[in-house]
Amino acid sequence: MTTQAAPNKLISGATGDWEVVIGMEIHAQVTSNAKLFSGASAEYGGAPNDHVSLVDAAMPGMLPVINEECVKQAIRTGLGLEAKINLRSVFDRKNYFYPDLPQGYQISQYKHPIVGEGAVIVDVSPSERITVGIERLHLEQDAGKSLHDLSATESHVDLNRSGVALMEIVSKPDLRSAEEARAYVSKLRTILRYIGSCDGNMEEGSLRADVNVSVRRPGAPLGTRCEIKNVNSIRFIGQAVDVEARRQIGILEDGGAIAQETRLFDPGRGETRAMRSKEEAHDYRYFPDPDLLPLEFDQPYVDALRAQLPELPDAKRARFIQQYGLPPYDAGVLVMERAAADYFEETAKGRDAKLAANWVINELFGRLNKEGLDVARSPVSSQALGAIIDLISQNVISGKIAKDLFEIVWTEGGDPKAIVEARGMKQVTDTGAIEAAVDAVIAANPDKVEQAKAKPTMLGWFVGQVMKQTGGKANPQSVNELLKRKLGV
Amino acid sequence: MSDPTHLSLAEARDALKSKQLSAVELAQAHIDAISKSRALNCFITETPEFALAQAQESDARIARGDARPLEGLPLGIKDLYCSKGVRTTAGSRILDDFTPTYESTVSANLLRDGAATLGKLNLDEFAMGSSNETSAFGPVVSPWRRAADPDAKIVPGGSSGGSSSAVAARLCLGATATDTGGSIRQPAAFTGTVGIKPTYGRCSRWGIVAFASSLDQAGPITRTVRDAAIMLRSMAGHDPKDTTSVDAPVPDYEAAVGASVKGRRIGVPKEYRIDGMSAEIAALWDRGAAWLKDAGAEIVEISLPHTRYALPTYYIIAPAEASSNLARYDGVRYGCREQGRDVSEMYEKTRAAGFGPEVRRRIMIGTYVLSAGYYDAYYVRAQKVRSLIKRDFDEAFASGVDAVLTPATPSTAFAQGEKGSADPVEMYLNDVFTVTVNMAGLPGVAVPGGLAANGLPLGLQLIGKAFDEETLFSLAAAIERAAPKIELPQPWWREG
Repeated sequence: MTTQAAPNKLISGATGDWEVVIGMEIHAQVTSNAKLFSGASAEYGGAPNDHVSLVDAAMPGMLPVINEECVKQAIRTGLGLEAKINLRSVFDRKNYFYPDLPQGYQISQYKHPIVGEGAVIVDVSPSERITVGIERLHLEQDAGKSLHDLSATESHVDLNRSGVALMEIVSKPDLRSAEEARAYVSKLRTILRYIGSCDGNMEEGSLRADVNVSVRRPGAPLGTRCEIKNVNSIRFIGQAVDVEARRQIGILEDGGAIAQETRLFDPGRGETRAMRSKEEAHDYRYFPDPDLLPLEFDQPYVDALRAQLPELPDAKRARFIQQYGLPPYDAGVLVMERAAADYFEETAKGRDAKLAANWVINELFGRLNKEGLDVARSPVSSQALGAIIDLISQNVISGKIAKDLFEIVWTEGGDPKAIVEARGMKQVTDTGAIEAAVDAVIAANPDKVEQAKAKPTMLGWFVGQVMKQTGGKANPQSVNELLKRKLGV
Repeated sequence: MSDPTHLSLAEARDALKSKQLSAVELAQAHIDAISKSRALNCFITETPEFALAQAQESDARIARGDARPLEGLPLGIKDLYCSKGVRTTAGSRILDDFTPTYESTVSANLLRDGAATLGKLNLDEFAMGSSNETSAFGPVVSPWRRAADPDAKIVPGGSSGGSSSAVAARLCLGATATDTGGSIRQPAAFTGTVGIKPTYGRCSRWGIVAFASSLDQAGPITRTVRDAAIMLRSMAGHDPKDTTSVDAPVPDYEAAVGASVKGRRIGVPKEYRIDGMSAEIAALWDRGAAWLKDAGAEIVEISLPHTRYALPTYYIIAPAEASSNLARYDGVRYGCREQGRDVSEMYEKTRAAGFGPEVRRRIMIGTYVLSAGYYDAYYVRAQKVRSLIKRDFDEAFASGVDAVLTPATPSTAFAQGEKGSADPVEMYLNDVFTVTVNMAGLPGVAVPGGLAANGLPLGLQLIGKAFDEETLFSLAAAIERAAPKIELPQPWWREG
C-alpha cells in the first residue's frame, strides 16, 4: 500500500493537507434466471413473496444446490477483472439473526473466494489513468427485505430477493478521491455490463457499494476507517466520500480520534450517520457450509468461458485508438457502453471514423443524455446517422445544416437524404449565387469592410452574414475563400 | 393366518405376493397394535386412514400383478422426516403444528415403492439424545424389561427411540431412522433390532430436518438383516436436491444377505477395548468375532489410534452445525412464536419456549465453539482430528481389512432417568463406539448379539468401507444366523 495521492487530490484542512484513502466493496446482483441456491426466479419486482421457493424460505430439511450459471458469471467477471480464478472455493455460513434472513445465516464465501486478486484500469479524466487493485470476488446470497411501514405494530418481510446471487467485489484501498471512487465504480459497471454478469442497475439495487473511507497525512500510515453502507448511486458515492472525509478531518483536527464503525449516508442531509460501532459488530461465526461441497472446476472449464468472453472495454478502446485513429479519451467515452460502441462502429463503417466519433459523442450522446435514453432506444439509428455523415462528407450539406437534419430525424424520423431533397436543405455550391450574397453583404457594410482590413478576425462576422443570407446552405469553404479575396485579407 | 405383525418384512412381502394375506389386513393388524400400544408412546402422529388407503391401492396392484418392491408393507416414519400434509415435529415444541407441503426424498422413495406409512415416530428433540427422553412429546418406553426389575421403564435408545421401540413391539414391519452419532445403531442395539447407517451420501437428506449436516444420514431399523437390506434399497439413491448425495447405482442389498463371508478379513480395533468396559460387553465382542470366524472369516487386530478423541470431537462438530441449522426456528415464518417488545425479545422468548434443555445446551455449545477467538481452538482442531479418524479407517481398510467389528454400545439399555440427569456427558458416552463411523462417513450396522444377564438385548456393530453396505449385510447376516435367537417381548404393554 504505497500509492500516494497526487498533490492536487489532497484535501486541505485547517492544519494542513490530508489524503483520503478509499476502498470499495461492490455488491453486484448476478444476472441469472434463478437464485444462487434455489430454482426460484431472480427477477426484480413481482408481488411480495412471489419468487420464493421452499429453500429461500428456509423450510425444515431444505438444502441449497448451487446454480451453475451464477458460478459461470462469477468466473466470467473474474476474467474481466484480470483476476486469478480459484479452481477450488468454499461456501461458508455467516450466522446472524434477522427476520429477512430466513436461514439464520447467509451463505457466502469467506476464506476461499472463487476469484482472487485482479486489477481494473480506470480513466479518471482525459489526462489521468489509474490502476485499482481487486482484492477478491466472492459469491453470496442476498437477504430479503423488511417492510416496517405496512402496520403500526408489525413488520413484514418480502423474501423475493432472499437467496438472489450477489458478487461481492472487494477493491484494495487504492482510491484517493471522490472522483476516483466514482470513476472506479463507473468502470466496474461498464465491465460487468459488457460481460453481462450484472445489469448494473443501481436504482433497482443491482449494484450497491459499501465505501470504506479513512484519512491520513500524506505519507503517514493508514488511518482508522469507517464503512459507509449501501450507497446506491455513483453520484452519492462521490458525495459520501467527500462528506465522510471532511467529517473525519474535522474530528482529527480537533484532536479527536476516529472510531471504527459502520455508517449510513443520508443524501438529503448530506451527512453520514453512525449505524453501529465495532463493539456492536456481530460475531458471524463463519464456518464452511456442510450442506455444500467445495466448489471445484478445472482450468479447461475456465478457458472455455474465457474463449466466449466478448471484447472487453479496455481492448475495445485500444482497438478504437489503433483502428480508427481516435484520441484515447474519445475512444474511452465510446466504449463505456457496449451498445454505444457497437453503434459507433456501425456508423463509422466505411466512413470518416473521427467525424463519426464526433457525431456520436457530441450530438447523439448529448441528445440521449438530455432525454435520459440509452443508445438502444435512440430514435436516430446508426444507419440514419451514417447517412447524415455521408451527406456532410459529400458536401451536400454543411455541418450546421446537418445538426438541423439530425434534429428532424430525431423528432420525425425518415431518410436523411430524402429529407434534404424534399426540404431544399442542400448546400449551395454554385459560386455565382454565393458570390452574389458576398457582394451584397460587402456593399451593405462599408464600415465593417474597413474594420476588417485592419482586423482580419472580423472575417468571421462576414461569414456569418453570408450564411444568414443563404439560409445556412452556402458551402462555408467557398464563402471563406470569396470573402478573403474580396476583402483582401 | 396368525397375527401378521409377527411376520418379518420379507415374510409379509412374500405373504402378500402369494395372496395369503391382504395389504389391508396387514395394515389393519398394525393399526390395531398401535392403538393398543400407546403406553409405549412410539408415535407422535398416527395416520391410519392414510395407511389403509395405501394398502387398498396395494391390494389392487397386487391383484393386477403390478406390485412394487415394498407393496403394502406398513412402515413407521421417524418424525424428523417431513411428510406432505402430515404434522412434522422433530420431537420439538418449536415447530408447533408445522405441516410440510413436501415429502422428504427418502420417505417419498418408500411411498414410490408401495409402502403404507402408519404415522410419525417419536424421537429425541431434533434427534439430540440417546434415550428418547428429550422429546417434547414425552419419552418412549421400550418393550423390553429387566428380568429382575420389570417395573422400571427401559429406554429404547435414541434418538430414533420411537423407531426402535415400534419395530421391537411389532407396531410396524420397519421404520425409518436417522443417525448423526449413533441414533440408528444404538437404539437398534438397545431393542434387539437391526439398524444400519449407510455411507454418508447414500441416502438423500432432502426433507429431513437437519441436525448436523455433515454427519446426518438416513437408514432403516428392522427386525432382521434381510428386512434392513430390503428397506435400504428403496431408501437409497442419488438426489439432485442434495448435493452431498452420491450418484452411484444402488445394489440389490438383499442379494448380499445370504452371501458367504468366507475369507473376509475382519478388523478388531484394540482401542475400542475402553477402560471400564464390562466383562459382558467384552464377552459379547469375543463371541461376535468367534461367530464370524466360524463362518469362515479371518479376524485380525487393527489399530484406530485416534478413537479416543472421537467423542469430544463429535461434541464440537455436531453442536456447531446444529447451532447454525437450528437458527431458522425463529418464530418468523412457521412454528411457534412468543410475542416480545421487539424482534430480539421475540426471538429469545420463542426459542426459550420452543427448545428443550438438551437442544438449548447444544446450541450454546455450538455457538461457543464457532465464536471468534474460539473457532481455531475448537472447530478447526476438531476438523483436523476428524480427518485423522477418517485416515485411521482408510489405513485399516488399505491394509486389507473388509470390515471392522466392535460392540454397538458400552452397556445394555438403562431405565428412564438413570443416566445424564446430573451430567450430560454420562449420556453422551453412549455414542462412544458409534460416533467414529459418522465422523468418517462410513456405513455401520448394529445387529443383535444375544441377551445380557439382565435380560436386555446386546448389539454388535460392523463398520464397512464407504459404499460397501453389501459386505456389511452379508457379515451381519452371518452374525444373525450364529447368534442365539432373540425372542421379542410379549406385549405386556397392550391395553384392552
